[in-house]
Amino acid sequence: MKKSLFDQGYLDEQFYQLEELQDEVSPNFVEEVVTLFFRDSTRLVTNIDQALEKRPQDFRKLDACMHQLKVSASSIGAAKMKNECTSFKEFCGKESLEGCIRSFQKLKKEHSTLRTKLENYFQLLRQVGPVEKAVRSGK
Amino acid sequence: MENPLLSARAEAFPAGLRVLVVDDDPTWLKILEKMLRKCSYEVTTCSLATEALDILRERRDRFDIVISDVNMPDMDGFKLLEHVGLEMDLPVIMMSIDGETSRVMKGVQHGACDYLLKPVRMKELRNIWQHVYRKKMHEVNIETHSFGEDINILCNGFEDLEDRNLTDGTELSSVRKRKDVDYKDLGDQELNDPSKLKKARVVWSVDLHQKFVNAVNQIGFDKVGPKKILDLMNVPGLTRENVASHLQKYRLYLSRLQKQSEGNCSGDISADPINTDNKGNFALKSSISIPKESVLTRHVGTTESLTQGIITDVHVREIKRTLPVGVSESKKALVGEIPSTQKASSIPQLGVYLSFEKSAPNVEEKACDPTTPKDFMQYPKQENLDAFSCLTNSNHQASFDLSSSSVTSVISATFTNEKDLNNPCEMNPAPADPRNGHFSATPPVACMIGSVSFQVKHGIVNSHDIGTILKVDGSPSKSTDSYIDCTHNQGCFPITCELSSNSETESDSWPDDLHLFAQEHSNWFKDSETGGEYLYDHFDEYLFAW
Repeated sequence: MKKSLFDQGYLDEQFYQLEELQDEVSPNFVEEVVTLFFRDSTRLVTNIDQALEKRPQDFRKLDACMHQLKVSASSIGAAKMKNECTSFKEFCGKESLEGCIRSFQKLKKEHSTLRTKLENYFQLLRQVGPVEKAVRSGK
Repeated sequence: MENPLLSARAEAFPAGLRVLVVDDDPTWLKILEKMLRKCSYEVTTCSLATEALDILRERRDRFDIVISDVNMPDMDGFKLLEHVGLEMDLPVIMMSIDGETSRVMKGVQHGACDYLLKPVRMKELRNIWQHVYRKKMHEVNIETHSFGEDINILCNGFEDLEDRNLTDGTELSSVRKRKDVDYKDLGDQELNDPSKLKKARVVWSVDLHQKFVNAVNQIGFDKVGPKKILDLMNVPGLTRENVASHLQKYRLYLSRLQKQSEGNCSGDISADPINTDNKGNFALKSSISIPKESVLTRHVGTTESLTQGIITDVHVREIKRTLPVGVSESKKALVGEIPSTQKASSIPQLGVYLSFEKSAPNVEEKACDPTTPKDFMQYPKQENLDAFSCLTNSNHQASFDLSSSSVTSVISATFTNEKDLNNPCEMNPAPADPRNGHFSATPPVACMIGSVSFQVKHGIVNSHDIGTILKVDGSPSKSTDSYIDCTHNQGCFPITCELSSNSETESDSWPDDLHLFAQEHSNWFKDSETGGEYLYDHFDEYLFAW
């Protein structure tokens, strides 16, 4: 399952790095990080939503907000999200509100898709249980 | 206190490296913390730059390195970087998702020792200890290269001084502590612990300091930053960190001066800014050169409590007026000895001069021609130190008269190498208003070891406050302290010169210890007659500032 996540481009190398960090000391490290990520990124998404509704548009602020989200996305290797963030920022640079809004829609979609997929993933891991390590490497 | 811990940490280096991570993104903070812990580092996290600064200020010694994100909500990461460099002089690594050249360059310009791109990899973090180590190596190298035994002597001297002039306990203790770490036998202080090694400092020679101050003034004190200063100074081998730490001290020094000038114009010797401030650092290590026209002059304080001719400590009394001994325009003849016109408390002055043991072959006094600010007073090297004589290269009679009212007094003393018997000593005195206090130094022309020339830019010397302690330490194992006591009516202006001269063998260590302290004075700038140069021509020994 993880492989598919990677294949489809939802996740990148960074996710592997997180898994490498997981050890006996923090056995649920990856899940903790992902949880943290979604909590924080949801907040950021809300910020951007609000910022988008302001008139007149402050593109610099939008850009800054999106930058934060991009950094956040990079933390777990959320590749698709990251790309969409970049795209959004480009629209900010061009001061195209419409472009920003469209991009943001896509971004939100990616965000929730990823969340679902990862939730499933972790659930699967839990089900697999102690065998997960071996299984995971096979995935 | 934590000796066992510290040495344990030292042995395990780089394990146990104490890292402060600053990042506003909680996810990254968690990841970085985990990564660093995996490297066996000791990690502290915080999500705000201001919080980070507080933590760092609170326990300066608690961290070896700082890693910070560039984009922070409360403060620009670069600003944090600057602050840390200035105040704590710790290596700082920047991180960002943005790897654009301009950003990276900005980071480097602001003093980052590395710039990591997010997502950060473990292997990059594993290596960060090199920055800590490099810094320490660098500092230790410079330190050990420059300093010799004299430092210990000076240190001891300062310690005594501190004891006597302790007014600000906390300051002193921190300075003292610093000094202790810096100077005292490094071996004592967990030398093996890289975090302690860090304490070694660059030796700021008079010349170097002069450049520094010039740069600062050129930039404008308010806009100054270590990078800018470094660029202007254009000294190869000098690092931004060196400049940053020096700048920090300089600022502290200035602020202290200001505080002092607010209240204390009498010859009261209270806290000795130098003592308390940078004790080990400034006084000893950093030589402060008095910039020609720059504002800052180090203050040199001398304590009145010099009781003996030979004073092993440097007493520095902060005098509001700028230090450079003012040399009045009217010429004054330099007296071969410390003028007795000085206050009684200036007994030491005599000592100063007399402390030179060796007789100077050519001791002459020359009147200084105010128009030729190149006169310096020459201080003989220890072996030849007999008395100070002021020598002017142009055979001018130089008189040091520290006149308080003379804003533009500049005193320069030249120490010449022994080899340079004819080394021009320029005396550059010419206080606008000669006061009763007068500074006279009669350095022998020929110094066996060498001479140190320094120039004190105009300043007002307070008669009773001024005392300059010249301490000359030479390899001949003699420590001579000379005091040049400039007494001045206005009582402000301590000049402390600490000269330690080494024997010939130390020829390459000259820039070491020069302190030239002068107080800043508002009039300072106006007077630029001195335009003198610092003649730190030949330093075989440690410089002193008087």
